[in-house]
Amino acid sequence: MKEIRIHGRGGQGSVTAAELLAVAAFEDGKYSQAFPAFGVERRGAPVMAFVRLSDKPIRLRSQIYEPDYVIVQDATLVDVVDVARGAKPDGIILINTEKKPESFKLETKAAIKTLDATRLAIDNIGKPIVNTTLIGAFAGVSGLINPESIKSAVMERFPGKVGENNAKAIQAAYDIMEAQR
Amino acid sequence: MRRRMVVVEGSYAVAHAVKVCKPHVISAYPITPQTHIVEDLSQFVADGDMNCEYMNVESEFSAISALIGASAAGARTYSSTTSQGLALMHEALFNASGMRLPIVMTVVNRALSAPINIWNDQQDSISQRDTGWIQLYAEDVQESADMLPQVYKLAEDEEILLPAMACMDGFILSHVYEPVILLEQSLTDEFLPPYSPEFTLDTKNPVSFGALADPSTYTEFRYKQEKAMGVALEKIEEIAKEFKDVYGRYYGGLIDEYALDDAEIVIMAMGSVIGTVKDTIDELRSEGEPVGLLKVRSFRPFPVDAIRSALKNAKIVITIDKNISIGKNEGALCTEVKACLYNTDLRIPVIGVMLGFGGRDIPMSTIKKVINKAKLVEKGIYVESEIADLREDMA
Repeated sequence: MKEIRIHGRGGQGSVTAAELLAVAAFEDGKYSQAFPAFGVERRGAPVMAFVRLSDKPIRLRSQIYEPDYVIVQDATLVDVVDVARGAKPDGIILINTEKKPESFKLETKAAIKTLDATRLAIDNIGKPIVNTTLIGAFAGVSGLINPESIKSAVMERFPGKVGENNAKAIQAAYDIMEAQR
Repeated sequence: MRRRMVVVEGSYAVAHAVKVCKPHVISAYPITPQTHIVEDLSQFVADGDMNCEYMNVESEFSAISALIGASAAGARTYSSTTSQGLALMHEALFNASGMRLPIVMTVVNRALSAPINIWNDQQDSISQRDTGWIQLYAEDVQESADMLPQVYKLAEDEEILLPAMACMDGFILSHVYEPVILLEQSLTDEFLPPYSPEFTLDTKNPVSFGALADPSTYTEFRYKQEKAMGVALEKIEEIAKEFKDVYGRYYGGLIDEYALDDAEIVIMAMGSVIGTVKDTIDELRSEGEPVGLLKVRSFRPFPVDAIRSALKNAKIVITIDKNISIGKNEGALCTEVKACLYNTDLRIPVIGVMLGFGGRDIPMSTIKKVINKAKLVEKGIYVESEIADLREDMA
């Protein structure tokens, strides 16, 4: 089983990202579970969402404490939330930022990877909404999900031009991160 | 089976299950975390996907009252609520049961105020224990959905005619996305016959529901409600098996077992914590620990005989409760299990643990701690019942 924790701010689509990951992973042949950290969501406040992926049906219902992967949608969260908390030593923390991984001093043995997902989102979608771009990047970083499954899950949720533009951002993010794997 | 699954939100799977049960009247008042269920249902009705009267009302008291009227007129009815909303219905819940109206309601379990808390525990439905409603508790999203045709069939059985709550843990099940099979209309039509009650409100043949019963008859009305619960006790298992024949899925009837046969330590629980307990058992079993699970699916009627027989080889019983009777320092399951073992030869220590209040997470580590503490009984150290996951600065 692989466990993923997504950090974001209310309104950035962290919960949607988790749901789309679950849909895509299932299409890809895995069992999946996605759930929010059940806060009283307010725009701008730090939020979390969780995803589990497994070859077998998933029964565990607790929150995720030792994630294999952490996705950080907004690098300003690093100063206010311990995004590395519990991350497995062989895990990966993926941060949306234009900075290099070395510029983050996190207390973790997990590898830090960065991607300017905001730039990719603006270029492809025309808006700084990075949730879909980042799950494309996650697919590239982890090799756990086929990017085609992510694109089809996203295009089903957002039909038409919006979905197509998101798919472009997903592919671009996937290609960049996959090349670093 | 996998091919028929889709990844949807728990609330959607439940709303879809309601749709294929074809209720005539839905009345509900939105309240977190039940909201998505009634939003989905009102969308189905607005889109013309359901031939159903959806009544928007100004409170939960009105929602249940409207359904009492609709059900007495012969309609199949549905509502969903939680927490304060269910508490507000309290008075009318007795009426629904006393008038023998098979209203079905999804209770999306949530804590009660004060302090205000929107997260999951089961204090809300447990507090309605004595209202005369059937209460079943679901373990996952699929069971939460599959429970609906089962409870309609049960509630509407002419030998039962009691209202029923299908309980699912708020957020943990209502807001999770996971793979489920959405209930097929054709199978549901095969499984669930149309509701055709013998007695209804009818201006051509006037009758009264809930008329005055003086001391010469009131006791017998209560007696008959209890007898009807007794019939439900027999039919829950039967209906769960019929469901299996039609849909191919089974979750136990009154109870279910996991690694129970040779278990010396038996955990008893209701609702979504079951999955986490099963994973914990798998880990402990691989280390040779004789731990098993007895899932309680039906809390009302309470399956006394089934529990007695399932526990006959147990050495220690641990009950997990997401509720407390303040002043008894026990959850309801603990109290009921102790009571059901008393007039028997079974003298098994029952250790009550109360967990997961107001949404406090229950990881596997908590379950393991609880098991380790219960094992102290073997050394004569005995904690009968406690809130088991207090903050360190309190404990």
